[in-house]
Amino acid sequence: MTDASGESPRAWLIKDAQPLGGPATDLLVRDGVITQAGRGLSAPDAQQLDAAGLIALPGLVDMHTHLREPGREDAETVLTGTAAAALGGFTAVHAMANTDPVADTAGVAEQIWRLGRRAGYCDVRPVGAVTAGLNGSRLAELGAMADSAARVRIFSDDGRCVSDAVLMRRALEYVKAFDGVIAQHAQEPRLTDGAQVNEGEISGRLGLAGWPAVAEEAIIARDCLLAAHVDSALHVCHVSTAGSVEIIRWAKSKGWRVTAEVTPHHLLLTDELACSYDPVYKVNPPLRTAEDVAALRAALADGTIDCVATDHAPHPLEEKESEWQVAAFGMTGLETALRVVHEAMVSTGLLDWAGVADRMSARPALIGRLDGVGAPLHGRALAVGSPANVVLYDPSARDVVDPAQHASRSRNSPFAGMELPGRVQATFLRGNATVLDGKLAR
Amino acid sequence: MIRHLISAADLSRDDALLILDTAEELAQVADRPIRKLPTLRGRTVVNLFYEDSTRTRISFEAAAKRLSADVINFSAKGSSVAKGESLKDTALTLEAMGADAVVVRHSASGAPHRLTRWVRGSVVNAGDGTHEHPTQALLDAFTMRRRLGRLDGLRVTIVGDVLHSRVARSNVLLLDTLGAEVTLVAPPTLLPLAVSSWPCEVGYDLDAELPKSDVVMMLRVQAERMNAAYFPTVREYSRRYGLDGNRMALLPDHAIVMHPGPMNRGVEIAAEVADSDRSTIVEQVANGVSIRMAVLYLLLGGSESETERAEAAR
Repeated sequence: MTDASGESPRAWLIKDAQPLGGPATDLLVRDGVITQAGRGLSAPDAQQLDAAGLIALPGLVDMHTHLREPGREDAETVLTGTAAAALGGFTAVHAMANTDPVADTAGVAEQIWRLGRRAGYCDVRPVGAVTAGLNGSRLAELGAMADSAARVRIFSDDGRCVSDAVLMRRALEYVKAFDGVIAQHAQEPRLTDGAQVNEGEISGRLGLAGWPAVAEEAIIARDCLLAAHVDSALHVCHVSTAGSVEIIRWAKSKGWRVTAEVTPHHLLLTDELACSYDPVYKVNPPLRTAEDVAALRAALADGTIDCVATDHAPHPLEEKESEWQVAAFGMTGLETALRVVHEAMVSTGLLDWAGVADRMSARPALIGRLDGVGAPLHGRALAVGSPANVVLYDPSARDVVDPAQHASRSRNSPFAGMELPGRVQATFLRGNATVLDGKLAR
Repeated sequence: MIRHLISAADLSRDDALLILDTAEELAQVADRPIRKLPTLRGRTVVNLFYEDSTRTRISFEAAAKRLSADVINFSAKGSSVAKGESLKDTALTLEAMGADAVVVRHSASGAPHRLTRWVRGSVVNAGDGTHEHPTQALLDAFTMRRRLGRLDGLRVTIVGDVLHSRVARSNVLLLDTLGAEVTLVAPPTLLPLAVSSWPCEVGYDLDAELPKSDVVMMLRVQAERMNAAYFPTVREYSRRYGLDGNRMALLPDHAIVMHPGPMNRGVEIAAEVADSDRSTIVEQVANGVSIRMAVLYLLLGGSESETERAEAAR
């Protein structure tokens, strides 16, 4: 297999890496595949990389990325966004449909897919819109997107909720024909008119319109019931409340086909940050309370929440350097995701590195149908025969997040100024180094 | 003394009392033949008003002028702001003009807080969205103390649209700091969800609260709220939460009736109540100037002006 740039991948001998944080071993990568694993390997023709002290994980897969291209190239492009992804250890991202034009046709989906192939930093899987123009009134041509070269399998109106129950039911039913998934941004619109921050003590104190937990939970409950009724696959985007976790846990206990994601920021940050009125902390769904954070961490640990997804949402400075109410919703996250998960889940003992690999690689690859048949293969264990999608992560590093150093075109990281553990040292996409020594390899 | 006045919570008990005592002294200026002090001569106070509020703007303007400050009125309407200039750029412009204080009224909660990042002068919140209006709370406390002689232990009932009221937020915080006991009365739809975390009591029955109130403060209620189902009709609101003559009779003899204005006569307050001897509504306006003088005097009094610094450097 060759990468999009047409270069033949070199052979790499990764020495003394610790797969999933276990005993050190060597990995020989040739022609994009892991061909040997074991101690004391040698391959004179291969480029050698000393990975002593580094944890090796399968390349991360993001279920939820806003690459902004086409339409908002001032915020991000496929090139800068996938570069940011590679620096964060990702080898595949799902590009959300709320571009301009909206990814609601096969043509736009294929354009994004091709831009991803050209960028070459990671695989880009377009997410198709559920409704034409994200307008919530009629279905987009889901089948055409599924059949296109982009092979779209995940459909979402993310940023907007498919609030019409009939439309949601039909969408869930319709995508069964091609093993599709509806990824819902759960937000009851009438309950969140003008909403700015989590409704609770902070919203009352700050005089900012509240975004009640029930507006998320009511939609999730309805959608779980609809998915069960038509026996289809529902994926719940960016779960943010303890109540949502309970509903998803219940739906899964019934055996229904419901999966869910949580963002790094909802695993670490709380609505207290809004007290600064700094819109860098403005995001949708909003940052919630410490109790919600604890419930989300527990749910990710026990598998109720399947995976971590960044909801990387870049915005130019002027959209954040304003009054809170007029600022854009969203935070960047690709370049900090693994470090935040390290801080929130590993340092707290809730997940080991095998668990991180499961929640950030294997499970999102499964949900995104990255199965090597209609789409590139991701999420596989670091074993002989697997595609060489590998992250090498230094768990002992620690530094303060500086968004000015990020490859993303935007700087709206809520982690700016926070000290976080870890550093992505290298990323390989099918044996090609996209990141080496913590920097883009090309 | 603090540098900015953004929230009533910024004020310690000592700071708040200092402002009230200073306002008391400055109020005497209003009785002199020449109602002007030289205190802030050479200082520039900018009134930056993104919302129409003639009463608050002229109150601040009168306060600054009585202290001999130069006053620049910057109304968002008809200015570069209307053409889409950002709050930051406006702030940088004011900074370049050497504003010693920026008095800001804005429809967005937190806008004054944001301004403090971009200007060196003092920022005074003259009402931000549904957040706070600290000088209103100070003038209310000043009025209560003048009429009733104390604040400690005073029982204050605040009635109406607490959810959207910056006046209520600032009053609850300040009155708690000053030792008064506040009870909020409103339909549950117009109270914040987590109001139980506020330093006050909450009730839904106005008639039950009135006999034990020293002060009843009526908040303006906008008829539009009815459209978002906060209450069924203006008439029903008025029947349950409006202060009419019959209800006023439930108050103890010494109790006063307050309203931050502008009033909806016949909705939250009946004309006969607004015009009664118990009403402090006109006094509140006069006291507003004294309080704003005190705030500007204390915030700016501690630091030298640009011109003084320039002269000293010569």
